[in-house]
This record gives sequence, C-alpha cells and structure tokens, in this order.
Amino acid sequence: MIELRALTKHFGEKVAVDHLTFTVRPGIVTGFLGPNGAGKSTTMRMMLGLDRPTAGDVRIDGKHYADLHDPLTNIGALLEAKAWHPGRSAYHHLLCLAQSNRIPAQRVHEVLDTVGLTSVAKKRTKGFSLGMGQRLGIAAALLGDPRVLLFDEPVNGLDPEGIHWIRNLMKGLAAQGRTVFVSSHLMSEMALTADHLVVIGQGRLLADTSMAEFIARNSRAFVRIRTPQPEALRDALHTAGITAVASADGTFEVCDAQAAQLGELAAEHRIVLHELSPQRASLEEAFMRLTAETVEYHAHDGEPPPEQDRPAWGEGWRQGRGA
Amino acid sequence: MAATAAVLRSEWTKIRSVRSTVWTLSLAAVITVGLGLLISLLVNNEFDKMPLTERLTFDPTYTSFAGMGIGQLLMIVFGVLVVSNEYSTGMIRSSLAAVPQRGRFLFGKITVATALALVVGEVTSFVSFFVGQSVLGGHRTQIGSPGVLRAVVGGGLYMTLMAVFAMGCAAMLRSPLLSLSILMPFFFLISNILGGVSATKKIARYLPDQAGQKIMMVVTRNDGRPYGPWLGLLIMAAWVAAALVGGYALLKKRDA
Ligand SMILES: Nc1ncnc2c1ncn2[C@@H]1O[C@H](COP(=O)(O)OP(=O)(O)OP(=O)(O)O)[C@@H](O)[C@H]1O
Ligand SMILES: [Mg+2]
Repeated sequence: MIELRALTKHFGEKVAVDHLTFTVRPGIVTGFLGPNGAGKSTTMRMMLGLDRPTAGDVRIDGKHYADLHDPLTNIGALLEAKAWHPGRSAYHHLLCLAQSNRIPAQRVHEVLDTVGLTSVAKKRTKGFSLGMGQRLGIAAALLGDPRVLLFDEPVNGLDPEGIHWIRNLMKGLAAQGRTVFVSSHLMSEMALTADHLVVIGQGRLLADTSMAEFIARNSRAFVRIRTPQPEALRDALHTAGITAVASADGTFEVCDAQAAQLGELAAEHRIVLHELSPQRASLEEAFMRLTAETVEYHAHDGEPPPEQDRPAWGEGWRQGRGA
Repeated sequence: MAATAAVLRSEWTKIRSVRSTVWTLSLAAVITVGLGLLISLLVNNEFDKMPLTERLTFDPTYTSFAGMGIGQLLMIVFGVLVVSNEYSTGMIRSSLAAVPQRGRFLFGKITVATALALVVGEVTSFVSFFVGQSVLGGHRTQIGSPGVLRAVVGGGLYMTLMAVFAMGCAAMLRSPLLSLSILMPFFFLISNILGGVSATKKIARYLPDQAGQKIMMVVTRNDGRPYGPWLGLLIMAAWVAAALVGGYALLKKRDA
C-alpha cells in the first residue's frame, strides 16, 4: 500500500506535483497515467525518497521510505532513467544492491533468470540494448521480493514479446497480493494491464477510478454507416430526427441510435449500405479529452480537441476511495 | 535501515567491479615509482654539478618521491571517479533507494575507497623509497635513519588524503568532468604557481598539497614553513574534513 497525502513538489517556480492525494492498494495493478511532464516520474522518485517533497507526505505500508529496514525487501522500483554503471556487469550491479540490503546472493541468479539475462550476466551493461536495460531494471526491482513494486514506463523499448511478458509479470505480482503501481502515457496499454487508474495532468489529480468504470464512462458508443447513396441517407436520417456526423472518409457516425434501428431505417428508404457497425471510441481519445487542458507540450500540427466534446471533469467525479 | 557492515560489503563489490579503479590506482603506483626512479637516477648522475646549497640540503628520501607530483593526480582521478560515477551514470538513484540513509551511503563508500587508497598509497610510497635509494649510490639514506620512516609512511598518507579530498570535492560537485577540470589544474599548476610567487607564497603554504608534503621531507630545509611534518599533515587533513563535510551537507539536502 502506498499512501500520498497532499504530496507536492516544486522545482523553483515550476510546480511538478500539486497536492496529490490518493492510495495505491495491494492486490491489483494500478495504472498511473498522464501526458509528458505531468509529474509521474517525480511522484515516483518522491515515493522512493530520492526527491524531497516540498510539502505533503508519502508512506509505504505506513512508513516513510527512510524508516524501512532494508528498503529493497519492502519496495522495488524500475525507474525511468537508467540507474546503473555501464562499466559494471549486470551480475555485479545486482550483487552490490543485494549486499546492501542483506539479500542472499542466490537471489541475484534467480532474478537474472526471471528476466532472461542469465547468459549476459557477466558482461558489462554498456552494450545492452534498451530492452535488455529495461529487463535489468526489472530484475533490480524484483531483487528483494518486495510487497510493493513501482514501474516507471516499463514497456519502453521492449519488443512485443517483452511487452506481453511484463504485462503478465505485473498481473502475476498483483495476484500474489502485492501492490503494483505502473506509469504510462498509453491508455491502451493500461486498459490491458491495470485494474485501477490514477490520472494526473500538470501535477494535479484528474481521476482516481477503477478501470471498468473509466471504460464504462468514457468509451463513447456510436454506429458507423457507409453507403454509396450519402444524399439519400442524410435525408432519411434527418427526417427521422437522428443526428449524423459525416467523417472525412465518406462514412457517417451516429451516436443517438442503435444499429438495428438504423438498418431498418435504411431498408425502409431502400438505401444500400456497405457498412453498418457499432463502434466504441478508443480509450486513448477519452484519456486525451481528460488531460487536454493540462497538456503542456502540444505538438502544433494537430487541432486541439473540440471544446464541446470535453466533459466536465472535476472533483465530484472522483470515485470515493475505501479507507 | 541498511546496516553499516552491509553497506561496506556492497561498496567493496562496487569498487572492485569497475575498471577505473584498477587503472587509476595502478597508474598512480607505476607513475610515482617510475618517475621517482628516473629522477633519482638523474640526480645521482648530476649531483656534482648541483649548486652547493642544494648539495648541502640534499634530501634523498624526498628525491625518491619526485614522482608523487604526477602520481597524486591519478589518486585524484581515482577519488573523483569513485564518487562522481554514481552521478554521471545514474547509479546514485539505485544506491540511495537501497541505502536511503545518505550519510551511511556516502561514508560507507568513502571508507572503502580510502582503505583501498591507503593500501596502494603505502605500497607505492615504500616501493618508491627503496627503488629510489637503490639508484642514489653514495647519496642514499636508510629507512632506519632519523625521520625517514615517518616520511615514507607519510608519503602513503599523503597520497591517500589527496584521494579522499577529491572524493569530498566530487561529492559536492557531482560531475566528474567539472571536478577533474578544477582539481587537476589546481594541483598540477596553480598551487605551484601560488607557492612560487612571493606575494602568495605565505598563503599557498596552507594549501592541502603544500601543507601535506611537509611530512615527506626529512632534511629540514629553510623553507619558511611555520609548521612541522605532523602539523602539516593535520592542516591537509582539515582540508579533507572540510571537503567531506561539504559533500555530506549537499548530498543530504539535494534531490537525487
Ligand atoms: N530535476 C528537475 N528540475 C527541474 N524540473 C524538473 C525536474 N524533474 C522534473 N522536472 C519538471 O517537472 C515536471 C514533471 O516531470 P516528470 O518527469 O515527473 O513528468 P512525467 O510525467 O514523468 O513525464 P514523462 O511522461 O515525459 O516521463 C516537468 O515539467 C519537468 O520538466
Ligand atoms: Mg516520466
């Protein structure tokens, strides 16, 4: 369990983390989402006692990080940036960490095996690929067999097989009753892994909700229709009082009607349909809408999401949390 | 709380598993001994051509330590790299996550590195002495002569303190490049220049290297230094302590 209370971090003028209050519970995977610069990595560094909070407090299973006995046996972390000496072998890197926390050296071999680095364990990490580095970071996180695990963008640099592996690893760890907290900026990735979601933007909490509820609330359902007689369809829909949005590729998107109803309507007007399919807006879109106002680093080649589409996300929206 | 003994073991694994440890320390030893040998040889050949005052105050022990001026620079590189590698590689985040008591981490590391530097420094100093004396012919001295053993042991202490001073500075500055680009020219050039110019001479005597070098001298020259060998070493030790306190104070409050 990780508990944050009004956790705040300023870097000079910049407010990187702004009064974050939430709890990461054991037994599930909690996804930590936010656009670039939202403050995810800073929050995780504060959880590990690496960055000092400007205000507020974070506790790991009720204790401050510095008060943990042999901290690696309580909490393990994969950090965003590389955190090892490239001239040292993977084996020695893990060995020195193990020794500092009185973890038996046997455990080093075990985690190397778990992440699949045994064959290169004695090589200097200088030549490691991005994915191998990521595996070494994961090995270090698992080293102390901790109850709490943090992963800062773990899929970075992993191949599809590696991504599949880390996803199952995280789910497995949570199933064993551990607390698993994983950051990402990919909603689609989180949808496959996380049971619970914490979303932040510009350091502020935007959502703290179960994944299921987020999906139910946010995946806008609509029906896509394609026809060689667009004029006729438009008229028919209009007469029936149904709003349709024509999209760039010549299809229509209808939100306020079911596929069956639309099919019957087309049949009635003898309109040929080439496609009639119920769709769900991607969670990625929902995430972008949620964080749109707080995105700092907009690319300037796209249009911002339309104003009227933006739901009012606020304090009241947040799900009440268990104690 | 990670226990101190565990931290020392961990730091020992760290220091022996990177190449920079081996090359800096072995170069320090080889250069110090080699240069000492070369200069002792030269001095022995040219002895009769030297001015009378130099012949009268000739210090065979100190002459065999002639390589330490360069050798100390390698000890500085060792000290700087041991500490600043943590920062330049990002290892510091793993290290502090494993040992959040920052004082225990820093002093654990410095204890292990100092012990290693002391062994290398003493071996280097003794080997330099005996190798140097072996080529000084009739001008040689004995380890049993008054003050000689103190100077030879002191030579090893000097090398060690130089490395520890560099560790303290690196803990403050964090960047290896910045640390080296300040310390190397300072001890290679600036300190000597300050010691040579009459306006700054009196102050330069209290710089860590100049104060510390007094311990390696056996023949008391009229060098105007208002302190003896041990007080000189103590002045150097005070500099080292100040650098360590500064390094600790900054590590304590900074984000990693
Ligand atoms: N050491 C630092 N000094 C100054 N500003 C910092 C520092 N670390 C982070 N920041 C700033 O704090 C904000 C949050 O950064 P952080 O790295 O925590 O974001 P993030 O959510 O992890 O982003 P990303 O998804 O890109 O990894 C950013 O604006 C960043 O520029
Ligand atoms: Mg980040």
